Amino acid sequence: MSVLIDENTLVITQGFTGKQGSFHSEQSIAYGTKFVGGVTPNKGGQTHLGLPVFNTVAQAMAETGANASMIYVPPRFAYDSIIEAIEAQMPVIACITEGIAVQDMLKIKAILKGSNSTLIGPNCPGVITPDACKLGIMPGDIHKSGSVGVVSRSGTLTYEAVHQTTQAGLGQSTCIGIGGDPIHGMDFIDCLELFEADQQTESIILVGEIGGSAEEEAAEFIQSNVSKPVVSYIAGLSAPIGKRMGHAGAVISSGAGRALDKIQALEAAGVAIAPSPAKMGETLLELLK
Amino acid sequence: MHLHEYQAKALFNDFAIPTPKSVLISEANQAAAGVKLGGSFWVVKAQVHAGGRGKGGGVILCNSPAEVENACEKLLGTRLITPQTDSKGLPVEKVLVEAGQEILRQIYLSLLIDRKTQKITVLASTEGGVDIEAVAAESPNKIIKFGISPLAKLSVENCNKIADKLQIDKEKFAKILLAMYEIFTRKDANLIEINPLIVAKNGDLIALDGKIELDDNALFRHEDLLALRDISQENEKSAAAANYQLSYISLDGTIGCMVNGAGLAMATMDLISHHGGSAANFLDVGGGTTPERVAKAFELIESEANVKGILVNIFGGIVRCDLIARGILQALEKVGLSLPIVVRLEGTNASEGLALLAKSEFEIHTEKDLTKAAIKIVELTK
Repeated sequence: MSVLIDENTLVITQGFTGKQGSFHSEQSIAYGTKFVGGVTPNKGGQTHLGLPVFNTVAQAMAETGANASMIYVPPRFAYDSIIEAIEAQMPVIACITEGIAVQDMLKIKAILKGSNSTLIGPNCPGVITPDACKLGIMPGDIHKSGSVGVVSRSGTLTYEAVHQTTQAGLGQSTCIGIGGDPIHGMDFIDCLELFEADQQTESIILVGEIGGSAEEEAAEFIQSNVSKPVVSYIAGLSAPIGKRMGHAGAVISSGAGRALDKIQALEAAGVAIAPSPAKMGETLLELLK
Repeated sequence: MHLHEYQAKALFNDFAIPTPKSVLISEANQAAAGVKLGGSFWVVKAQVHAGGRGKGGGVILCNSPAEVENACEKLLGTRLITPQTDSKGLPVEKVLVEAGQEILRQIYLSLLIDRKTQKITVLASTEGGVDIEAVAAESPNKIIKFGISPLAKLSVENCNKIADKLQIDKEKFAKILLAMYEIFTRKDANLIEINPLIVAKNGDLIALDGKIELDDNALFRHEDLLALRDISQENEKSAAAANYQLSYISLDGTIGCMVNGAGLAMATMDLISHHGGSAANFLDVGGGTTPERVAKAFELIESEANVKGILVNIFGGIVRCDLIARGILQALEKVGLSLPIVVRLEGTNASEGLALLAKSEFEIHTEKDLTKAAIKIVELTK
């Protein structure tokens, strides 16, 4: 088994006929994902990439049985797209879009709470279960089906973790990019909970970075709730205070959000820390010996 | 986006939050206009996008018209260095001259987004006018914290509860806090801070200082606020980079970095420092790495005087490494290469990409292994 998505997941794209939506839908189809169509308002009834286009998420779900959606609409429309997916009770929503207003995300998070949907992102690479389903923009061919659950705030660092665990012969169960925004859907703890319960997942890599306190909270959770071996890499040890390092959420403010504090909290919870971004796979192999 | 104090206070006034009488001055010979505000003393404040202005000498208390003029002259046209700026400081192009206030009490009041509770949150304290982080660290019981549900609104009752704890006039306080909340939600702020909010001798509440930080991601729906942007306060290179969708931050080290992805860019800085070097910049060239953007990135890196070598670290995913290698070569043909360079490519078609670079006319050290690449560039720049 894997988490969130598997070979039976039926995927649609919101923003299907746009440039990004088209390109990544094609990539996802080429990877072998069970792709069933997409949504672009006012283009319902057309065919795109040989698949049906619908006006709304609800229609797409009713017609195709879709149970996962990836969103590629521009930031100013992303709020409406996510809310539409939640209202249609789409089970898994991955929002790739970068640049959504923080106060829009605050409302989305509050609405998500009582809903039947799980949101991944925004500003993230999405989720992939290797050899089964690719719900996002990650390069499929570096993945290999296996035993490591990967969860990360950064896109390219996820790819590093994936590449290294593939090289190490371990492979991945599912990889979740939770995104670099300060307010986002699934957090580390949600993912750790899924990985802990998943039989295929035998170990976990958690990639964090400066800003906020999600890593400290994850450490607390791991201490009492995770029995599987966990390796972590935290980016930003050399980052200056007060500067936003690319990601909207990656900023050390007034002594909070420092990499060193996160590393110490994780270490205290029994997590093995990779000393460099190039050593995530090696550190995990060492831990599994 | 940061606003200047005078811009924040103008917004405060639009929403009926009282501020001291003031005049904005950009030439020292206009100082007399500040004196005309009346009163027996004045405060001259440098308008820069950084906190800690008082500690940096950017807030000057004046007891005579001559002192006001001297203070304006002293500040205007200089660069102010505060504990929150880099060693070069920020240019002072405007100063705000304010009528001095008789202060009975100083309150701290702010609205911000609390990542942990995921709510717009009121922070208040009876200990205003000082570094609030120090108060939070030393006596956390003196910080009042109140979260507002994103699907509700701030109510008068809740304002009254906070006013009770601050032992302050309820009606006046609620008016100010509700106005702050209006600005926060209607203008998409990330932070609004009044430190201090003073109780004046006559009992009035007045915002003595004002700080507003806006959400860049929401500016598309606030064209009026875009006009308030002051590029002189931003790092020249970061601003130039942003025009090419590059995310760039100058640092003090010697190794220029070009990386795809913000997380990997930060990790690359860490790796350089792990192996005894130091990064000259943070630079995320993003996902769709085109030759134009790579060329601009090289130009930016090479324009920094402290750079002694360059490390390119690309994890090719959707964009293949051989295409990225061609981009790098085209860029180098355009901007030239005067410094040692190590290129690490990994991911889709990495070997093809590295081969292209290795047989080019430029002396490029190629590497597939990230650790070796970092060690190499540190060696080359020693």
